[in-house]
Amino acid sequence: MSSYPKELKYDKEHEWVRAEGDTAVIGISYFAQDQLGEVVYVDLPDEGDEVVAGETFGEIESVKSVSELYSPLTGEVVRVNEALGDTPETVNEDPYGEGWMIEVRMADPSQVDDLMTAEEYEAFVSEES
Amino acid sequence: MAEAARTRLHAEHVALGARMAPFGGSWMPIWYAGISEEVAATRTSVGVFDVGHMPAFRVFGFGAFDYLQGVLTNDLGRISEVGAAQYTLMCAEDGGIVDDVIAYHSGDLEYILVANAGNGRADREWLAARLPEGSEPGGGNGECRPEDGAVELVDESGRTAIVAVQGPLSLEVLRELGGADLSLPPRFHLGEGRLGGIPVLLARTGYTGEDGVEAFCHESHASALWRLLLSVPEVTPCGLGARDVLRLEMGYPLHGAEIGREVDPVTAGLGWAVSLEKGGFVGAESVARIAEEGPRRRLVGLRLAEGVPRAGYAVLHRGNEVGKVASGTFSPTLGEGIALAYVPAELAGEGTGLQVRARRRTFAALVVRPPFVKGTSLAGSGS
Repeated sequence: MSSYPKELKYDKEHEWVRAEGDTAVIGISYFAQDQLGEVVYVDLPDEGDEVVAGETFGEIESVKSVSELYSPLTGEVVRVNEALGDTPETVNEDPYGEGWMIEVRMADPSQVDDLMTAEEYEAFVSEES
Repeated sequence: MAEAARTRLHAEHVALGARMAPFGGSWMPIWYAGISEEVAATRTSVGVFDVGHMPAFRVFGFGAFDYLQGVLTNDLGRISEVGAAQYTLMCAEDGGIVDDVIAYHSGDLEYILVANAGNGRADREWLAARLPEGSEPGGGNGECRPEDGAVELVDESGRTAIVAVQGPLSLEVLRELGGADLSLPPRFHLGEGRLGGIPVLLARTGYTGEDGVEAFCHESHASALWRLLLSVPEVTPCGLGARDVLRLEMGYPLHGAEIGREVDPVTAGLGWAVSLEKGGFVGAESVARIAEEGPRRRLVGLRLAEGVPRAGYAVLHRGNEVGKVASGTFSPTLGEGIALAYVPAELAGEGTGLQVRARRRTFAALVVRPPFVKGTSLAGSGS
């Protein structure tokens, strides 16, 4: 199912990870944006900030609610998707592409191995919903 | 908590792909296509909402007027004409708000009260405990009219389907569907007739700030009425998410958020729904005292250029916490965060600069006078 691309890894808080070398791009899954409804505001960290696996790195607001964003990995933020400031709805429209949130230089790239595959995540989501 | 109930329209919501969640004891649609789209549809065209989860009570008998005049804050004498309706409150002895209700003068010696979802049982017990001697609290079959000042209280909750039809084009749509079979009542009045052959009672009330009706029909006609309304291209199904945003854009209070047992009508800015002149009602002395002394806190509107306020967030003045957000949301109509919050009376003036502390950040907020959204189809109608 294209809602959960195979090349990505996922965590239980519904973030996805696209790892390349020692960096990883992070966003939220199709399921997460669908549950939230229309995203109206995304609060992201600054470049240079540290993020820690399992801890919050930001917040995402929909019309209906606010949710924490949890980092799947530990590392340093090297890039932030500033465009989401003006067009937060991109998270709904293209969650795996233009709706990415931060890029992290991983302290320990092997952390990616602990995340769920697309198949595992899809099974996890079907249990949750 | 008991398993959530289902309204008569549950299957219709599921078939439309609505996001369902329990609210006030019933599974309700939160949104269909999306909250912003549904808000926009209601502001510009017509939105329909299943509000069949609201409890309803029928109060009748020779003593009904005197009884209700003694338990409701507004002056029931102002709806002496059969078919008229009014917004009113039930208060406890200390002035705390038990619930806010719409009272409809539905017939000779008969009134219908429509209350808030989730409050049905508590309201019924509160009303039953204050019935005059010799009255029948609940269970009445409605065939035997109590005499000698006695009153019958019948819980009609869930027996009737209620669909709110709201928006600037709503009356036009209803006229087309009903034609000569339908009498559209004036604002805050009841009318009746048929929509596509379905017998309906139309109340020209609602909680969105837009013109429209709340259509009551027998539960067996619920799906047919819903489908008939949705067969009109201008009509969009809307969920409770949009309903909450719409009422907040108008600054209307919601029980459980802005109002409840810990808040009196004066503090909540609902003094207009209280008649201290009419004579005693439950809580009248307390409300009169608070009105005379002036409330220590007031409910104000807040507008944020950045950030979205949410219920429970702290309201700050010069860095010190002075209150809490009662309800807050992102207003799709304005493209900004809006909130209703209680703040000390001295900080309630329009234009006062405050701050709202979200979990990670603090945002500047400006005290404004609701409604946040002006120029709706009800603006200027005086209601």
